[in-house]
Amino acid sequence: MRFSDQLETRIATMLTHYPVKRSILVPTLLFVQDEVGYLSDEAIAEVAKRVELTELEVRNVISYYSMLSLKPKGKFNIQVCTNICCMIRGGESIFDHCKKKLGIGHKMTTPDGLFSLEEVECIGACSWAPAMQVNYDFHENLTAEKVDAILDDYKRKAQQ
Amino acid sequence: MADLVSHPAEVKVVSKRFGKGAANIDRYLELDGYKAVQKALGMDPDAIINEVKTSALRGRGGAGFATGMKWSFVPKQSAKPKYVLCNGDESEPGTCKDRLILEHDPHSVIEGVMIAGLAIGARIGYIYIRGEYRYLSVIMEKAIADAYARGFLGKNIFGSGRDFDVYWHGGAGAYEVGEESALMESLEGKRGIPRIKPPFPAVVGLFGGPTVINNVETLASVPPIILQGGEWFASLGTPKNGGTRLYCLNGHINNPGVYELPVGFNLLRMINEVGGGIWKGRKLKAVTPGGSSCPILKAEECDIAMDFDTLMKAGSMLGSGGVVILDDQTCMVKYALRTIKFYQHESCGWCIPCREGTDWLKKSLTRFHAGAGLKKDIDNIQYLAENMLGRTFCALGDAAAMPTISIVKKFRNEFEDHLEGRPCPYDPEAVTQQLPVLAGAH
Repeated sequence: MRFSDQLETRIATMLTHYPVKRSILVPTLLFVQDEVGYLSDEAIAEVAKRVELTELEVRNVISYYSMLSLKPKGKFNIQVCTNICCMIRGGESIFDHCKKKLGIGHKMTTPDGLFSLEEVECIGACSWAPAMQVNYDFHENLTAEKVDAILDDYKRKAQQ
Repeated sequence: MADLVSHPAEVKVVSKRFGKGAANIDRYLELDGYKAVQKALGMDPDAIINEVKTSALRGRGGAGFATGMKWSFVPKQSAKPKYVLCNGDESEPGTCKDRLILEHDPHSVIEGVMIAGLAIGARIGYIYIRGEYRYLSVIMEKAIADAYARGFLGKNIFGSGRDFDVYWHGGAGAYEVGEESALMESLEGKRGIPRIKPPFPAVVGLFGGPTVINNVETLASVPPIILQGGEWFASLGTPKNGGTRLYCLNGHINNPGVYELPVGFNLLRMINEVGGGIWKGRKLKAVTPGGSSCPILKAEECDIAMDFDTLMKAGSMLGSGGVVILDDQTCMVKYALRTIKFYQHESCGWCIPCREGTDWLKKSLTRFHAGAGLKKDIDNIQYLAENMLGRTFCALGDAAAMPTISIVKKFRNEFEDHLEGRPCPYDPEAVTQQLPVLAGAH
């Protein structure tokens, strides 16, 4: 399996940064996931080969990190924080609003494959709570109306 | 991305370049950038460490250990390479300050890593950035590349004949990796399981080599110390608590935001003056002063200097500077429950007291909040939490137990109210999950 040229270059560069190959494992898995959509069997086998580990060892690492996923997610993964600072400023109702709006629950994906939803732990947006991330983009100081506008925006993006 | 705030009471040392485009290397150079590391190149390593010791700089990640002291533990001679590690796995709930430093002033972090490297005799530094902060990795990647292009990094830095490399390293979602030895495991490509100590990282750290690991804000404080002197920095704070801190003022206040204030700034002033007071005209109920793991302070305990030693004496901690301010309508059982739910989710499961303790505490508190608690559960929660203290490899077990113990102690009446007013007398609608009373609980 070959990744995009950009990712191949990145992997080759990363390998020069550490005394052991294995060190590139965690960031590489996340970059591969971003490119493939999830950590497929094929992708895991390929990464294992690159870092000279068994697939089992790679899976052992994957299961530890909350961002790494063995299942495909929607095109836009909505991660609503409900940790203390977000909770006390309405994070739970933002999460409920997303559930109703999308018709899905925690760690589920809409039938059209556009949106996934996840309740997540602190994302480091405490002073701008309540907050969520859509893929890697932060959206802060949320209200239900703001969430509606944000989701509509992503829908439009998907159609383009 | 995140909004910046400002207040006249602020003293800007670490945040002085925020909003000034200093992620651009030319702009950084205009604003005194890379002067400190050039000065450090002409200094004896011991002189650098002594300057940092004089500054009374203490770790901004949470533990508050003296930075100069930490550096001095690294052996001068080592058969294995030494490393500098910058901990940017910011994930203590309530904390969002390193994000601003990495976004607005990434070169100051690189410079801090280089100076630490010169002090301990390392020639490689890694900047670990949590996976969720992808946009900051992009900023950091560019900053590092720019520094290499100018000859500030790599071979013969600043024509000094010395070499220094800096790389950024990405995480993939794990609070536990913010613990220093777990971070090293993660950087070695493994699960973030903490290591037993001793040996401490200063002796056996990353790849088995002596390693200094510091928080982003700690390292960003180093260049101004080298440029303006340790005494100047120390004078900004209180005795043994030098400098300023980025306090993240969160929760039920009118003007939440990240403010840089002298260490030792009064907490009530922070809330009422800087933070604009409690929102919606309500009253203050309690404060978590330094991130979710710190024991809670009741409103009447909040007339206090926000430095490491004063808070320690008051039975809490300054921690990571994440100040969570709660109004009088907050349900403390729910707050305790959400806190423990987090630690239960993040416990790596390596040490049984933490793995089982967080799980049972979550179950007990969930049941309690839902109105199915028993009077003896109040003491059971306390007992369970106390039995986690000091019985784990890393501090996550303590971090989960301490806030729980303090909330039960200080707000016992609210636990009792849940028995009478069930389910939650403060916010009945908020109860989303009902758990049955466990068999045999009577």
